[in-house]
Amino acid sequence: MSGFTDRVDAALADPILKIAVERTAGTAEAKRAIAIDAFPDFEAARTRAAAIKDHVIAHLGAYLEQFEASAIASGAQVHWAQTADEACRIVIDICKAAGARTVARSKSMLGEEIGLPHALEEAGIVRVETDLAEHIIQLADERPSHIIWPAMHKTREQVSALFRAKHANPHEEETIAAMAQSARRELRGAMLGADVGISGANFLIADSGAVCTVTNEGNAELSLVPPRVHIVTAGIEKIVPSMPHAIHMLRMLARSATGAALTQYTTFYTGPKRVGDRDGPEQMHIVLVDNGRTKMREEGLAEMLRCIRCGACMNHCVVFRQIGGHAYGGTYPGPMGAVLTPALDGLAPNRDLAHACTLNGKCQEVCPVKIPLPTLLKGWREKSWHEGLEPTSMRWGLGVWAWFARRPALYRLGTALAIRAMRLIGRTGWIASLPLASGWTKHRDLPKPAARSFMAQYQQEQRK
Amino acid sequence: MTANVALFVTCLVDIMRPRIGFAAIRALEAAGCTVVVPQGQTCCGQPALNSGDRSHAVALAKQTIEALEPYEAVVVPSGSCAGTIRCHYPELFDDDAAWRARAQAVAAKTFEVMAYLDEVCGWKPEGVILPATAIYHDSCSGLRELGIKAQPRRLLKAIDGLSMTPLPGAETCCGFGGTFCVKYPAISNAIVSEKADAIDTTGADLLLAGDLGCLMNMAGKLHRKGSKVRAYHAIELIAGMGDGPAIGEEA
Repeated sequence: MSGFTDRVDAALADPILKIAVERTAGTAEAKRAIAIDAFPDFEAARTRAAAIKDHVIAHLGAYLEQFEASAIASGAQVHWAQTADEACRIVIDICKAAGARTVARSKSMLGEEIGLPHALEEAGIVRVETDLAEHIIQLADERPSHIIWPAMHKTREQVSALFRAKHANPHEEETIAAMAQSARRELRGAMLGADVGISGANFLIADSGAVCTVTNEGNAELSLVPPRVHIVTAGIEKIVPSMPHAIHMLRMLARSATGAALTQYTTFYTGPKRVGDRDGPEQMHIVLVDNGRTKMREEGLAEMLRCIRCGACMNHCVVFRQIGGHAYGGTYPGPMGAVLTPALDGLAPNRDLAHACTLNGKCQEVCPVKIPLPTLLKGWREKSWHEGLEPTSMRWGLGVWAWFARRPALYRLGTALAIRAMRLIGRTGWIASLPLASGWTKHRDLPKPAARSFMAQYQQEQRK
Repeated sequence: MTANVALFVTCLVDIMRPRIGFAAIRALEAAGCTVVVPQGQTCCGQPALNSGDRSHAVALAKQTIEALEPYEAVVVPSGSCAGTIRCHYPELFDDDAAWRARAQAVAAKTFEVMAYLDEVCGWKPEGVILPATAIYHDSCSGLRELGIKAQPRRLLKAIDGLSMTPLPGAETCCGFGGTFCVKYPAISNAIVSEKADAIDTTGADLLLAGDLGCLMNMAGKLHRKGSKVRAYHAIELIAGMGDGPAIGEEA
């Protein structure tokens, strides 16, 4: 048993999880299908989106330098972080220099990836998660289970109970609107009173130095504009050359994520408050984080850097739909997480992720930037095999099978014996329990094979 | 048309359900093809390929290419195995131009059997009668690697008495996934349980598909839960062999 299979067993034993995942992912799947249907030539738009990202990833250094220069010209300060720890340290130092006691955070998966929530707590800085789902996660002291809906694993009934237990002035009516009001009462004051606002970035615009965020709650805007300091943490792959490119990617992102044509709030932050501005932070800091991305580009995972974090791959994944996000064990779940987590957290403890996939190709089909996720997962499988991480039973079993398969005459003898053995066990047309194949027969019956193989029957017919 | 066609039987059909291979031969011959079964074939190597065992995958690909290259066309009663030869063999020889060319040549003339009958031969079954209602599950590799969707349905439409009803989630994976189903049996079971429920709610008599692995997975689950739905490879019906034993039924 591995940690992964333990987590899977726990997830499969949780009927509430299944309901919660199905409600959100099912709705997303249906709405996305309608949105894509209504989009003229979505296929061409995917091709263009993939080409934009490939171009940027191939010329990443140049675009990052351009972004840095543009951002500095807008009045922002740019910082470079090679690792997760370095990125957290930079953020904490900025907070300390600003004398910050409270930070308002707008949901960012990069922040989760680098462990920023934990780092802020360790530094004694009060963290207020302002995205509704992140707020739920913070109240429950859990981790996000989906990159778009961090609290996807919870039902509204569970959230209601959580709010009643944790909110100062919880909802009375058992309605979603009343629950949202309860969260609003809890969060609004905290947002407005924060010293620092921290966000991620959906896109970094190279030629203007702008940082784009999308939300449906407006919490980013309320978390980032009132505080004295705005800190952005962003992966270096978030760059697009210019605004028209960003707009194209936004059209892909919103439809792929939720089926909406656009998010409720799409904001471009360009520099801190300028002379004459009524609102805005005094300082804007942008922390550009590598954390393994350059290495991914060099080591065969460049296509993964196209990812715009829409979540369509996991919403459409038969495995994710059964086990939810936490079972994956990393920051990112689902197919994209199964590719990213071994790169971020190491292959050995995460080899299961590449294998726990039926290679059905649905994720690639719905990916707005055409990431060949099954191919990349097979790449991890190959690396795992090459590095000797695969179980001995698997290596041995495949070795014996391949030895026979490469010797057709012996292979025919082998298949005849296998057929005879299976037919001895199967009394009727079905085998209910087969030694060495309990993974199959524990859950389903195995049809008994015909008396003789195709090849044996065919050769006999040819001799007639 | 007369074509000299090689049948790549696939290891699963060879061992578990030979009548799929014979159905393929019967349909191809009815379509005017001369069918040969090359004796050098065993398995296409997909289990090794999908397990990350590249060296065995390459060895089996070479053996299969050698066995199949003398023929005009290669026909396979499985979208998954045909997809391996068509889409993945050439990728195995990135560093070997000579073998890559041979892999590409075999890939270009390899077809899933129903796609070949429909698109290349322009053939339809004639005089086949089977009064039943049936649903069709689109196996993932055939659907997404080879674009197999309309071809089997066009062929099945020519069977008298056969009424096709829609299967909700027909394009959703059944949870087979080759070795996936035995490596992660609990996840596979959760997926195939939902599939079996969807199949049962249609009230159809027959479950059809183009891949024996997926069919064994779904039929095995249906039988375990006591469903009366019977499962066949679609080519069996198309070849007029739909009156024989379904998967798991005694001959």
